[in-house]
Amino acid sequence: MEPLLQVSELEVQFGTYAGIVKAVRGVDFKIFPGEVVAIVGESGCGKSVTAQTIMRLIPSPPGKITGGSVQFNGEEIFKKSERQMRKIRGNTIGMIFQDPMTFLNPVLNISTQVTENLRVHKGMSIHQARDRAVELFNLVGIPEPKLRLKQYPHQFSGGMRQRVMIAMAIGCDPKLLIADEPTTALDVTIQAQILELLKEIKERLDTAIILITHDLGVVAGLAERVLVMYAGQIIETGTIDEIFSTPAHPYTWGLLKSIPRLNMKKGQKLTPIWGQPPDLLSQLATCPFLPRCDYAMEICTREMPEPFGRNLVKCWLKHPQAPHVQYNREVS
Amino acid sequence: MAQYLHDTPILEVKNLKKYFGQRVSTGKTKHPQDETPDMASGDKPKILPEKQKRLFGAGGGAVKAVDGVSFTIKTGETFGLVGESGCGKTTIGRTLVGLYKPTEGSVIYKGVDLSKATGALRIRNRRQMQMIFQDPYASLNPRMTVGDIVGEPIDIHGLASNKNERQERIQQILDLVGLNPEHINRYPHEFSGGQRQRIGIARALAVEPELIVCDEPVSAVDVSIQAQIINMLERLQNELDLTYMIIAHDLSMIKYVSDRVAVMYLGKIVELVYSENLYANPQHPYTRALLSAVPIADPEVERKRQRIILEGDVPSPINPPSGCYFHTRCSSALPICREIEPEKTDLGDGQWVTCHNL
Repeated sequence: MEPLLQVSELEVQFGTYAGIVKAVRGVDFKIFPGEVVAIVGESGCGKSVTAQTIMRLIPSPPGKITGGSVQFNGEEIFKKSERQMRKIRGNTIGMIFQDPMTFLNPVLNISTQVTENLRVHKGMSIHQARDRAVELFNLVGIPEPKLRLKQYPHQFSGGMRQRVMIAMAIGCDPKLLIADEPTTALDVTIQAQILELLKEIKERLDTAIILITHDLGVVAGLAERVLVMYAGQIIETGTIDEIFSTPAHPYTWGLLKSIPRLNMKKGQKLTPIWGQPPDLLSQLATCPFLPRCDYAMEICTREMPEPFGRNLVKCWLKHPQAPHVQYNREVS
Repeated sequence: MAQYLHDTPILEVKNLKKYFGQRVSTGKTKHPQDETPDMASGDKPKILPEKQKRLFGAGGGAVKAVDGVSFTIKTGETFGLVGESGCGKTTIGRTLVGLYKPTEGSVIYKGVDLSKATGALRIRNRRQMQMIFQDPYASLNPRMTVGDIVGEPIDIHGLASNKNERQERIQQILDLVGLNPEHINRYPHEFSGGQRQRIGIARALAVEPELIVCDEPVSAVDVSIQAQIINMLERLQNELDLTYMIIAHDLSMIKYVSDRVAVMYLGKIVELVYSENLYANPQHPYTRALLSAVPIADPEVERKRQRIILEGDVPSPINPPSGCYFHTRCSSALPICREIEPEKTDLGDGQWVTCHNL
């Protein structure tokens, strides 16, 4: 199958007063039609920057794409003019942002904001667009759509605004939906509603979704495939079952062992990852996880690991000659 | 978390209420909520008359952030308070340490009613109860060095007799929370989020408190650092015999750290149980919904799970529903739930739940 999106060798940097921050350092991945892929990592690992680069939303300056390519539907995104990009954004690629509070314009009514997209991209008349908006509100579960469309953002709760944002993102039947921390700003019960909605949308519209999050619980419930990012690189990929039951990179082990779970046994302890994530101002000649890794070997201090195997694990432990280390989530 | 639970309460909260006045224009415009039957009928004791004057638009527009909450915290335990945003959990924490004055009810610390304590007694009580804040960026003064941030409470309570002793004490505390004592002259911006949270903890520990209210201690910290902070809080509790009240919205975190957990909804505690019972045998329908909404980082569990999805949003705390506050979203609500507020049902061992439908 042809990939819907192919990102290769992507490099993005930002110029700051302190120096050049290399936020994304050579990222490769493919997204196939209709699949849900999660990008997981801590703040500052480059997951949001990667997503914004796909949409070419990186402000430049200070941001700069220094290498690589992004192909969507077989077409190179970086070669497109701003005018052509505008035809893609919100049309064939939809985006859901983290903060539903700042996303909507407070002085325009909801109808204006939801129908704008439809009128621009689909050439609908006002009436057609309003009918479609009512349809979309029914789809995302906003009760009394006709009344709600006349209202203003302040009359909507956080969860309802997130639904409005999802309605806007799926309005033009996008092939790809980028959801950047779609539930981080929401309460758990509302988060459950929104995740349920995203699942439903995926099944009904067969949209591919890139889910960006730091919450492994959200990943386990929604995603099919996972990319784990650390310090601007993808350090491991895999299906959710592989990532959660047989993870290969020590960083993934650390992440899984450091979060408390509801079904944990009494007396079971958390194992933190020691130290801090690396400073992205510096050049990295070795594995960025080296200073925090319990399994570091001599070779780790000399050379950057190559991606090993089908799951592209960037760790020397995967080298055929490396000692075999078994991951066990229950034992710390 | 704690090894031994003493049955002596360190803190008792009795029928605590905290209402916030809303700025409503005076005079001409009549506030619509003035006419709601709930406020007009007087069957419940309302805000005391002299306090009423202090609230703008009180009686109609007051936000009932905490609406009649009672519980006790035992010496040496970790008491968890969990709920969604806006349920009043932070307001309780802030009222306990004296940052807010309660509208009604009392906070009794070791037998002394804090609202009545004055002078030296008040200062001593303040010293024994400290707070750790959620945001490690906003809660540290950017123009003070780490030494001054940790030293200020020592100065205020006169805990060091001379400069050397003060310095030594600060360094000891920094060492205790895993910071390099040589960083005493650095400023907060030179530290990462996790390290800043450690500075906040050091500041709270500086005056040798007995009870620490931790308001979302890890929610602003990176995932891989959260476990560091949680493990450290656990170690400090064992070393210094601390009692914690931990406020959080993350149920799996609360369940992990706490001995007992109180679940809040719209300004009231709906269930208070031991944390192992919380997961194994939740009683209140809201607790059940909350638990089922928490995503579990295990794809196999997630596939098999039956979710209880709560419809709609949390009602406004300005004008909460009648009867049981949860009845508008409860799938098993009975007619009685709409009319009468449920009483506490004792589950034994200091555990209770408020629900008509048990």
